[in-house]
Formats: sequence, structure tokens, C-alpha cells
Amino acid sequence: MSATARELDASPVLSARHVVKHYGGVQALKGVDFDIYPGTVTTLFGENGAGKSTLMKILSGVEQPTAGELILDGAPVVFSSTVDARDQGISIIHQELSLSPNMSVADNIFMGREIVRFGQVDYSEQARQAAALMAELEEDIDPATPVGELRVGQQQIVEIARALSARSRILIMDEPTSALSAAEIEVLFKVVHDLTSRGVAIVYISHHLEEALEITDYAVVLRDGAMTANEVRAHIDLAWIVRHMVGDHYDLGSPPEGYTFGDTALAVEGLSVADATKADRLAVDNLDLSIAAGEIVCIYGLMGAGRTELLETLAGNTAAQTGTIRLAGQEISALSIADRIAAGLCLVPEDRQRDGLVQTLSVGRNLSLASIAEFVKRLFVSDTTERGLVDTGIRDVHVKTDGPDAAIGSLSGGNQQKVVIGKMLATQPSVILLDEPSRGIDIGAKAEVFKLLSERARQGVAVVYTTSEVSECLSIAHRIIVMARGRIVAELGPDTTQEAIMAASGESA
Amino acid sequence: MAKTDTSKSGGFDPLAILLEGRAFFGLVAIIVVFSLLSPNYLTVDNLLTMTSHVAIFGLLGLGMLLVILTGGIDLSVGSTLGLCGVMTGFFIHGIDLGPLGYTAYPPIWVVALLVCGVGALVGLVNGVLVAYFKVPSFVATLGALYAVRGIALLITDGLTYNNLGGQEALGNTGLDWLGFNRLLDIPVGVIIMAVVAIVLSITLNRTAFGRWLYATGGNARAARLSGVPTQFVTVMVFVLSGVCAAIAGLVLTSQLTSAGPTAGTTYELTAIATVVIGGAALAGGVGNVRGTLLGAFVIGFLSDGLVIVGVSNYWQMVFTGVVIVLAVLLNSIDTKKRRRPAKAAASPEKTSHNKSAQGPAKSAS
Repeated sequence: MSATARELDASPVLSARHVVKHYGGVQALKGVDFDIYPGTVTTLFGENGAGKSTLMKILSGVEQPTAGELILDGAPVVFSSTVDARDQGISIIHQELSLSPNMSVADNIFMGREIVRFGQVDYSEQARQAAALMAELEEDIDPATPVGELRVGQQQIVEIARALSARSRILIMDEPTSALSAAEIEVLFKVVHDLTSRGVAIVYISHHLEEALEITDYAVVLRDGAMTANEVRAHIDLAWIVRHMVGDHYDLGSPPEGYTFGDTALAVEGLSVADATKADRLAVDNLDLSIAAGEIVCIYGLMGAGRTELLETLAGNTAAQTGTIRLAGQEISALSIADRIAAGLCLVPEDRQRDGLVQTLSVGRNLSLASIAEFVKRLFVSDTTERGLVDTGIRDVHVKTDGPDAAIGSLSGGNQQKVVIGKMLATQPSVILLDEPSRGIDIGAKAEVFKLLSERARQGVAVVYTTSEVSECLSIAHRIIVMARGRIVAELGPDTTQEAIMAASGESA
Repeated sequence: MAKTDTSKSGGFDPLAILLEGRAFFGLVAIIVVFSLLSPNYLTVDNLLTMTSHVAIFGLLGLGMLLVILTGGIDLSVGSTLGLCGVMTGFFIHGIDLGPLGYTAYPPIWVVALLVCGVGALVGLVNGVLVAYFKVPSFVATLGALYAVRGIALLITDGLTYNNLGGQEALGNTGLDWLGFNRLLDIPVGVIIMAVVAIVLSITLNRTAFGRWLYATGGNARAARLSGVPTQFVTVMVFVLSGVCAAIAGLVLTSQLTSAGPTAGTTYELTAIATVVIGGAALAGGVGNVRGTLLGAFVIGFLSDGLVIVGVSNYWQMVFTGVVIVLAVLLNSIDTKKRRRPAKAAASPEKTSHNKSAQGPAKSAS
């Protein structure tokens, strides 16, 4: 389709003007201008924390901008809620689907907007309209089927049907393909083309850059809360996107040098882990991995590549199906999490709110949580020993806090992450695993975290971290491992390129 | 500068103190009101009687506190108390070692230990169900509430054990010591509650187990990943709650000089009330021994006061209900007060305001 010509002609259906959003002290959006054109797929590129989700939340009425305004059809507009936005023709499909699995397809499509006749829900009319929508989308789904029985791809179609039934003119899709098979993605793209030909504006967010390029008409790149570039499809390629996403002066450090690695710290052989969500699938598939003391290894992979499952299995949170895990030559597969920590292997989990922090405890108590045994003397905890340990921790990982007694919630995301890392470092590990340590923290904090890790590596600690941001692979890692579908598909040196890493991660998923 | 600072915090302080010590002020208010209403309320005799009642609620509440701190609930403590009372009578009346052709009459301290073992066993079953079989604690202990009460009724066939004095010849006398004797003019039951409170307070504040407990209640997943044996902690809190119920059962049986299978019915709700009035969060992770003790005193002094003033049983229930809800209401006001500055910081219009708004947020929390 001739996107270029149309965009230059058409006036935007929805625009954001100088939109600013603060969360506490964190500035998530720094005055963003953003236009959405009818019948066009606008793709929003940006790393985690660049502000994509925040912008989408503002456009769909989930959040209110701190400053700036939204313009719908040329007139300023305020969306007080998602319902308000939906009534004005804007729907959002979240990464995590918001369907009730226990209810039928028709019930889900009309949830909150039930068709009422004589004071009762008109189920037959709902079923009729739902069937019509399904026919329109060329999907063979019975409206009476409970959503929980559908495949994820089909559930996505139900979400789209819901948006269509609300007469949406703007449809925001946040990572719609992350859980889809190749065939389902094809169907989704066909639906997207149908929608745009009917004049619906699509806003598309995806970490699969090539895949997004395939469907996009107009690209907008966000970095660090500001728009860095926008261009029509004809004038862009992968390198253009990466350059604008990552920036020219984006320095997260370089691999520490000037020392030799020690013996093998962690050796994994033939490790397989069952997928918790799909019984017939392996999350980690017969994987071999060996890491030396002092080495920093980065594991890159797309969502669902098996990174989290690999690290959680190594740490003892998930049981392995087959395979051996050796820590400094010693088999540790049978040990509990606590025993593995005592043996020198620890994990900084991916989701720090859910798995990393105890929100009811102070900064100090969180920092000392994993090393309580260090300061228990004859049954009782020693406050002075603990205080020393906590003070050292706060200093070592540079936590900015009022003191060890401050509430953990008073810290910024980056400092909370440093507390989680500091908690595990306080156990004096020989191997530290970090699952997406940079998730949801700003660039300054990222750089500090990476600096901290390279210092530890220099002292002989083996560091393994995962990331879904390619720029973070090319920072402190001595070795970059690319995972896809539970397997290692490439091992690259620190002198590789971002394009090579992305290509290896594969769009074959 | 310094003056404005103190005046600011001074404006905040009375409310903060009131909220901090709300259970304490509630208790003072209760004592003042009833002293004015009845000359018999604030007498040494009555205070001792009331604290004897408080001891039962306090013991149950302390056990319940541990469970609630981990984010669970133990609905079985009332039934466990009843069963343990019955078992006290059962053991005093002799354990028939059938095949040996011999009936054992254990001395009273052995009886006490056996009864505590019974309480621990009930708690162990609860804890294993919750920790290892992933049964929600509400359901597991609701089942125990019925089953344990049923066992108590089965053992006695619905009857009550009397004659718990034991016989000099058999060497199993002395149960009355728990319920009637005084050390330094303080009822033994109250002293037992105080000892349990001190031991638990030290456990919570000074041992690794206490740290594990607060961490498990605050965020079990994070605690587990930090190497805390969360399943062990869960089992242990139910066992300790069962033991506390057993001790309460012993004291109550001694006070009543009889062991009925229906003793302690609905006491689990009173125990939850004492913990909640004491400022603990049902979500887990927040609460302490001092608050729960105060909660027990509030409940005990209130219900006894209403009896002394001559308020009907029905009105007593209404008043107790109102006090519980008021306590939790004050709790939510408390959390709102703490959250408000944080919210204010989330939506400032300028960055400079933002910084100043964060200051009070930190000092308030």
C-alpha cells in the first residue's frame, strides 16, 4: 500500500502533544509528540523503559498525562478512563490478554457492554453478533466456547473482535505476537491488513524488529522518554531502527580486562526443563553451558526463549527434567535454594516486586535477608553484625537511601534493584545469575549495575545475566549466548554486532 | 528553621501517637468508662478476674498472630482448645494401656506435655496441608475446626469431664494450680501468658526464625528465593498456634475445674479479633506481640465490663463487633495517612515540587 503518499495527505486521527508523565521522581515521558493516522499501521519502537507502554497507557485512558494534551479529530480530549477511551473509539490489546477464561467468547466480547433487552442480557443477539464478527475476521470460533479452551492466537482474535464490536477506530496492540506461533502471526497480520483497509488506525508495539518492519507503514522510535525519530516505511531499515533506539552515545561499559579467568565455576550438561504452560514442550532443551570464574556471560533471547526457566532451574526454584548442574565440580541438582546459596550460587530474579523484595521490610532487612545465618550468634541475631553487613551492602552497591531503616518502597526502581543485587552479593557467591537485571530501571542505574557486576567479575565471581535488549549484550559481557526455543543457537564474542545478535535470535519463532 | 520543623512535626504528632497507640488508648478509654459506670470495675479482685480471662484470649491470640504474620489464618484454635481440655481430663482419668493390663496415671506435668503434644499434632496436620499440599489455610483449618471438635465430642460422647483434681495416691494432683494459684498475687494463667509473650517476642525480634517469619509473610516468593525455608516456617507457625491453643485449653480447664468438649467454641474468632485490634495486617508481614496483648486486654476488659455493668449478652455481641470494626477502620486511616504523601509525589506538576513532596513521604513511613 502506498503509505507514504497517504500519510502526507491524511490528517492524524489522534495526536499527542508535548505529553509528559512523571512517576514519583522518575520522568517516563519527556514531552512526546505522537500522531496516529487512519488506515495506517504505526509502529512504536524502543527499548524497555523507553516509555512505549506509558505512552500507550495515556492514549488508552489508563493513565493521565502529567502535562500535555491529546487531540482527537482536531479537538482536545481527555480520557478519564479506559471505558471513556473505548467509547470514543480507542481500544488497547495488552500484552497480557484481559479476557475471562471461564466465560464464553461472546460473553467476553460484550463484557461491560452487554446487549440488554427487557432488563435481561440478550444472549442470542450477543451470540449472533459475535458469530458475525468471527466471520468478518475469518476465524472459525464458536461464540459459545469458553475462552480458556482457545489457543492464545485465537484469544487474541477475540480481543480484536471485542475492539471491533466497540467500533474502535484506533486499535493499540502491545506485543501481540509474543505468544503466537508463526501461522497465528500470519493470521494476525492478515487481520491487521483488513482493518487498515477499512480505515482503522493501528498502533503496533513489538520487540521483534524484523516482524514489526514487515507490517509497519510508519515508524516512531522512543528513547528514554523522548521521541528520537519518525519516518515512513519506505525510508527505513533495521539498522535505522537500532541506531535510533539505542543511540550513538550509549555506553554501558566494556568487558573487564587484564586478568585471566579461573577454573570452571558452573558447568551445565544436557539440561532439560519442562514448560510449565505447555505440557508437550520443553522450556530448556538439552542445554550445555560452562562458565569460568571471573567470566561475564550475557544470555540474549526473545520472550519465551527459555532464559528465565534456565536461570530459575540453576537456582533451584524449578526442577530440571534431565541433566547435571555442577558448581565448582560438585553436582548441586539435588540441593534446595538455600543450600545452593550457601554453596555460592544465587539468583537475582526477573520480577523484583514479585520475587525480589519483601515490601513490608526495611531496606536493611531486605539487604540482609539472604545472609541471616552470617549474623546469628548462638540462636540470636546480632544487631551490630547485621548493621555492619547492611552498611557494607549499601556502600558496595551504592544504594541511595535515607538509611537502612527506610521503607523499601521509598526507593526508586533502580535503587530497589540494587538492594536485590546487594542482598545476593552479601551471600558471597562464586556464581551470580541475574535475570534481566536492567528491567525497568533508567540508563544511569543500568550503567551502575553493570559496573558493579564487572567489579565482581574482576574479583573472580562468575556472572551470568540475561537481557532482551541487544544493546546490553554489547556492554560488559565476555561472551554472548543467544537462546531460542530452549536451545543455544549462537555463541558470540564481545566484538560482534547488534545485527548479528538479532539475526541469530531468529525470527523463526 | 528548626522551629518550623518542630512545629510541622508537632502538627502531625498527636494523630501519629493516637494511631500508633490506638489499642492502648482504647484500653484506657474502656477502663475509664467502666470505672465511672461501676464502682466494682476498678478493684483488685475484678482486675485479677478479668486478666485471667484475658490470659485465654491472649494465649490464643499470640498463636494466631504467628499464623497471621505469615499471611495465613488458623480457624481451628477454638476446637483445639476444646480437644486439649478434654484430653487433659482424659489423661487425668488414666490412660488405659489395654494389652499391658495396666492403667497409667501420669503426673500432671506429663499430662500438660501430652496435651501440648496433642495441640502440636493438630497444628502439624494444618501446617503440612497448607505448606506442602497447598490447601488454603482458611480451608484447611476450617476443616480442622469441624473435625477436631468432632473428635472432642467422640472422646467424651458429648459429656463433660469433672473431678479433675486427681488423687494424691496416684500422684496426678495439681491441675488447679494453673487456674487458681497466684505467684506474687498474679494468677498463674496470666504469668503463663506473659512468659509465652516474652518467648514469642524474643523469637520474632531476635532469632533467624523470626526474620524468616516476617519475610515469609511479606513476600513468600522473594523469601524462598533468598533461601528462607518458607514451608518449614509455615508448618512451624501452625504447630506453635496449636501449642498455644493447648496451653490455653489447660488453663481454661483448670479455671473451670471441668473439661467440656464444647469449650472454646467461636474462640478462634475472638483470637483473630485480638490480633486485628493489635494492628496486625491479615495480608501478613505486619504485626507484633505487644499489639496482640493489648488487643486481648481490650476484648477481655470490654466484655467483662459489659457484664459488670449489666448489659445484656446480646448487646455485648453488638459492642464487641463495633470495637473490632472500629479498630480496623483506624488501621485503614493509618495506611491512608501513610500513602497520601506518596500519592502526592506521584502527580506533582513540577519537578521541584516533586522533590519537596517526597521529603514528608519518607519521614512519614
